[in-house]
Amino acid sequence: MIRNVTKKIYIALIFIFLYAPIVTLIVLSFNASKTRAKWGGFTFKWYQSLFENEAILQALWNTLSIALLSALIATLIGTIACISMQAMKKRNRALLMSITNIPMLNAEIVTGISLMLLFISLGIKFGFMTILLAHITFNIPYVILSVMPRMKQLNPSTYEAALDLGASHLQAFFKVVFPDILPGILSGFLMAFTMSLDDFIITHFTKGPGIDTLSTKIYTEVKKGIKPEMYALSTIIFVAVLILLILVNCTPKADKKKQPK
Amino acid sequence: MNRKLLSAPFIFWSTLFIIVPLCMVFYYGLTDKSGAFSLENIAAIATPEHSKALWEALKLSFISTIICLLLAYPLAMILANLNVNQNSFIVLIFVLPMWMNFLLRTLAWQTLLEKTGVINSILNALNLPTLNIINTPTAIVLGMVYNFLPFMVLPLYNVLVKIDKNVINAARDLGANGFQTFCKIIFPLSLPGMFSGITMVFVPALTTFVISKILGGSKILLIGNVIEQEFTQTGNWHLGSGLSIVLMLFIILNMVISTVTDKEGEVNTL
Repeated sequence: MIRNVTKKIYIALIFIFLYAPIVTLIVLSFNASKTRAKWGGFTFKWYQSLFENEAILQALWNTLSIALLSALIATLIGTIACISMQAMKKRNRALLMSITNIPMLNAEIVTGISLMLLFISLGIKFGFMTILLAHITFNIPYVILSVMPRMKQLNPSTYEAALDLGASHLQAFFKVVFPDILPGILSGFLMAFTMSLDDFIITHFTKGPGIDTLSTKIYTEVKKGIKPEMYALSTIIFVAVLILLILVNCTPKADKKKQPK
Repeated sequence: MNRKLLSAPFIFWSTLFIIVPLCMVFYYGLTDKSGAFSLENIAAIATPEHSKALWEALKLSFISTIICLLLAYPLAMILANLNVNQNSFIVLIFVLPMWMNFLLRTLAWQTLLEKTGVINSILNALNLPTLNIINTPTAIVLGMVYNFLPFMVLPLYNVLVKIDKNVINAARDLGANGFQTFCKIIFPLSLPGMFSGITMVFVPALTTFVISKILGGSKILLIGNVIEQEFTQTGNWHLGSGLSIVLMLFIILNMVISTVTDKEGEVNTL
């Protein structure tokens, strides 16, 4: 009994710790006073002016399009890499896997500056393109690491059986292999999308002047004072994600023992 | 045979965007402005200014990692023991904050901790002594723990939830008490998760420059701040690269310690 109560209190305390700043942000988004320090009454005006704020909307658009594009391209390259790695000798595969792990294990700041040095020496103009290239680079490992376990569970005989029964390589892949690794591909895509959405450090080093994602926009605003519209936007994003996750969570679960994320 | 050719895009991509850039960091780090070989940039870590920043970063990230571990372990155990219907929801609750932009969350802590901030207003109203931790190392540790706690909870949870309940029951049947079961069964089985958690907290904490900038004022410089300044303000890429190499040595050290125990040799993500 006491144990159970202690457990609940513990969970509740961590819960408060995790959500205190988020509640703060949500409350601030309704604060009529422009400074964070005092409460000036309830208002919706920041939500209204958010949709008139070109700079923030542009940053949002950049963030979303980079996240979507980089996740898509990374999923494509990563999945193809997994398929080919499966056919490799163990040593080569291990070598490629350790290269894959480099951006995951290395500090983001080092990845960021190394890409910045590369783009400078290649003479690529800093902007949308450099951010996209950088994001694809750090997204590929997430895709590979979530597709690879699925690939390993696959029985190679099924693919060969399909070939024996007269399927072409492409047919065999799309009818036999692809449906089995699809959950891994999807979770890899989602993870890549999320990572790209939330990235600040690598974007900070690979973006040029004149282009901003939400993260870099917030960072520059930290010095000058954050615009309250930003709180409004983040509240909207938070609520949207919350609703989405609740919906996903409430749909009947078919396969409880799915591969852990 | 042609299946192997399929890896060409990936090999091309990782060579161009992973290997070559890293080589460039080493090139810049090991040369001076004229392009001649020099260890000057590496040795620069020994100057009082830089070694202080490195030491401060090591200290704060070490403390944060320990606190994360101490907070996350009981939490992961509680979560792992919940019944299946409850736990997916509760796990969700602990992942959800990660969806709010991390800069904004850190900034919110600034609002909470400020001298006239939310926490102090509440403490004032209750006639309690006020907290004065904004712009101190304590605030930075708090920011690190806050931001990286999920990275410790998730891998721990993943290994703990996979432990076969029969193994635990067997230990109890054979006469082990709760504490013994934990020490001899649960703890050793959770080590891989613990080590990947430690890496996932320690590396970003060691190299951060954002948390220290927002919560530490501009007074406390961590090694991440120094490197960032060298690249974005001072423009001394050689020095910045040299310091990055030193930083990587610590990351590799941490990795070696972790992978020794992680026999599968695969990184446990999320």
